[in-house]
Amino acid sequence: MTTSSLAAQPIASPHAHGGNSVTSTMFRVQMALVPATLYGFWLFGWPSFFLWLLTILSCLGFEALSLKLMGVTRIKRTLFDGSALLTGWLLAMTLPPWAPWWVAIVGGFIAIVIGKQVFGGVGQNVFNPAMVARVALLVSFPLPLTQWIMPLPLNTVAAPDFIHGLQIFLGNQAMPDAMASASLLGHTKTELARGIDLLHSLSGEHGALFSLIGTRAGSLGESASLLILAGGLYLLASGIITWHTPVAVLAGLAIPAAIGHAVDPAHYLSVSSHLLSGAAMLGAFFIATDYVTSPNTGRGQIVFGLGIGFMTWVIRTYGGYPEGMAFAVLLMNALTPVIDRFVKPRILGRDRKGKPLDIPESKGA
Amino acid sequence: MGFMKLFKHVLADDWGVHPDDHKRPAADQPVRVMPVPAKLYLPLQQHLGGAARPSVLVGQKVRKGELIAEAQGMVSAPIHAPTSGTIVAVTEITAPHPSGLTLPAIILEADGADEWISLQACTDPFALPAAEIGQRVAAAGVVGLGGAAFPSAVKLIGASRAKVTTLVMNGGECEPYLSCDDRLMRDAAEGIVDGIRIMLHATGALVALVGIEDNKPEAIAAMQAAAALYPTVQIRPVPARYPMGSEKQLIQVLTGIEVPADGRPADIGVIVHNVGTALAVRAAVREGKPLISRLVTVNGHCAANPGNIEVRIGTLAEEVIAFAGGLKGDGIGLARRVMGGPMMGMQIPHWRVPVVKGTSGILAFDTAEVAEQEPNPCIRCSSCVKACPMGLLPLEMSARIRNEALTDAIELGLKDCIACGCCAYVCPSKIPLVQYFVHAKGELAAQDRAKLRTDATKKLAQQRQERLEREAREKAEANAKRKAEREAAAAAKAAAAPQEVTS
Repeated sequence: MTTSSLAAQPIASPHAHGGNSVTSTMFRVQMALVPATLYGFWLFGWPSFFLWLLTILSCLGFEALSLKLMGVTRIKRTLFDGSALLTGWLLAMTLPPWAPWWVAIVGGFIAIVIGKQVFGGVGQNVFNPAMVARVALLVSFPLPLTQWIMPLPLNTVAAPDFIHGLQIFLGNQAMPDAMASASLLGHTKTELARGIDLLHSLSGEHGALFSLIGTRAGSLGESASLLILAGGLYLLASGIITWHTPVAVLAGLAIPAAIGHAVDPAHYLSVSSHLLSGAAMLGAFFIATDYVTSPNTGRGQIVFGLGIGFMTWVIRTYGGYPEGMAFAVLLMNALTPVIDRFVKPRILGRDRKGKPLDIPESKGA
Repeated sequence: MGFMKLFKHVLADDWGVHPDDHKRPAADQPVRVMPVPAKLYLPLQQHLGGAARPSVLVGQKVRKGELIAEAQGMVSAPIHAPTSGTIVAVTEITAPHPSGLTLPAIILEADGADEWISLQACTDPFALPAAEIGQRVAAAGVVGLGGAAFPSAVKLIGASRAKVTTLVMNGGECEPYLSCDDRLMRDAAEGIVDGIRIMLHATGALVALVGIEDNKPEAIAAMQAAAALYPTVQIRPVPARYPMGSEKQLIQVLTGIEVPADGRPADIGVIVHNVGTALAVRAAVREGKPLISRLVTVNGHCAANPGNIEVRIGTLAEEVIAFAGGLKGDGIGLARRVMGGPMMGMQIPHWRVPVVKGTSGILAFDTAEVAEQEPNPCIRCSSCVKACPMGLLPLEMSARIRNEALTDAIELGLKDCIACGCCAYVCPSKIPLVQYFVHAKGELAAQDRAKLRTDATKKLAQQRQERLEREAREKAEANAKRKAEREAAAAAKAAAAPQEVTS
């Protein structure tokens, strides 16, 4: 069967449509990211805005280039469906806010060209493009990808102005050492490695309450956990995502964290630190729920989410990197086809294995 | 309890969709009766099963209600003259079929007298044996008026054999835009309840559950009033959700039982009939009237004056629309003509297509309503999976069909698809999923036919081979026998010869 033979047939039913579209879905996800993004801009100033902007432009640019190279005639239609923009946005949310310009360019290239277009474009990629770029950048350029800064809200004196911010962004200005900081997960990991347990390392500015408000070192998507959560709840309420994935991710992370913390609070971070740190919220509501790379069924999404949450906890606790969300997402992305193969909805009138239900004997003809 | 319910609701796969129903204001307009048009076009195939066979000749005069084509085969329905007049042709016309292909039909020219044949009335149908009711319904050409047009008598007779206990009456009318069943239930509730009781009598079922979607409060009230005296007829409001009116879904909602995938509702003691069918059954049994007219909803943004019209079977859609008030601006902005509902109805190529027994609606859609758009790639959002009332994976099935992997698509449940259109309705990429499935099912049917043909050819060739071998064997055996006989004769001769010598 070719598409032309399909098109030649008269139009099949239904003759009505619910009005949902790819563009409107992507737009709503972007709207859900706006509060956390704006808060991040306020917290980390102009450099973070430039990084955000260039990451998105880079993604759009590489998308356009790929489409042109592949000979797609109607580039605009695919380019502005919002998917490349969202990939760039999500990637920017996970980068250190003062990362230099070339991180945005390289990140956009990896996300769009290697993460998405080589697989065949929108809907075809196996791995979450933003996470592919995030992990590739982290592994390739560990230094700029782990340089976090203290929040310098725009109303403070030390905050860089527009020009100064641009200079920082372009790498002409070395980051003052005083501003450098570590994220909560990075800090505790380093301290644990030095033999200082959590009870001592967390006594300073890294208290859990501090991270609850969000004024702390981290990426745009890390510092504003509660605003990310609010955006996620909006997505749930508007039906863009279902509860299965986010609840499963958070549960998969919280359950081992609770057990660990109960057993040895000096070596295992508490549930609230885990849930409100790093990319937990962003991952649960915005990354793991990516349509293309997650399972089709609610049950499958629960398996998928639990896997992500649990692996995130394992990597954070025992792994070499302070944060494991991106790795966990990629690992579970790879398992998605397997999950989809084994977790299928039950067909009406059939059992889970696909056999027809038994016809009651007494009523049989 | 409340918590458990909520818990179940959260876990349950929430099937179906909630389209805007667009039923009002058409549903609130009183029924208009359309006069008999000059010519009626009666396709011989208005029902599921074998086409009817004409029993009249061109030039023959017929009266209203006279049999003009008789049922042919086990599953079929006869066709009757919707008015009195002259048969002017038996020819091919464009019939309500999505292909736009022609089908054989009888053309009747009305004489304006609209004169009935003598009808065989029956004052007490409950005194009749069940089989007699089935025969009357069959003779009246009653088919399912919900749209599928399955011969009703076949179901009624089958039900009494299969010991059916529950009669599910479908008053769901879950298709948007349509309101003919709603209108019937408001206007003729007593007749419908009477028809339901006759059907109970005919099938031996103990109880009738009438499922009506809760977006039709007037119909529910009218039916409840009409059924108040009869405890065996229970009116059950059901949530408005498409496809609530689908057989398997309605049975599950009303009885809690699931129809096995390879079984029929009768296997679990249930049969389903449409409420409009009940009224037709009543007319057939009590008055002996055949099915010659029906209620049709004219609707859609392009219809100037939407409403329900009582129409003789065989009237062209063109004339129905003209009678209903025509199209806005003489059809400017008309994007699609549909017969039936928007979710499962068929597109028709022009308006010169007749109303048949299963025609529930004539819809004139503008561009905004059909929202036609070039499909985008699938983004695996799985909206279709959530919407599918059968628990299928439409996105996976369509991907397999696109790769011509029909076997894989069947494994995923292609044959369980009821083509309700929920998946395509919710698809953000506007992929014509139903088109894929209909195409694949057509392909499968063609493959089955081809297989039957090759099997038959193979069988013939095999038989020929066997025959040739048998003949060769018989020939050899005969030769051998003859040879043996010859040898025996020669031996006998030889044995006899010395005797001769000795004698």
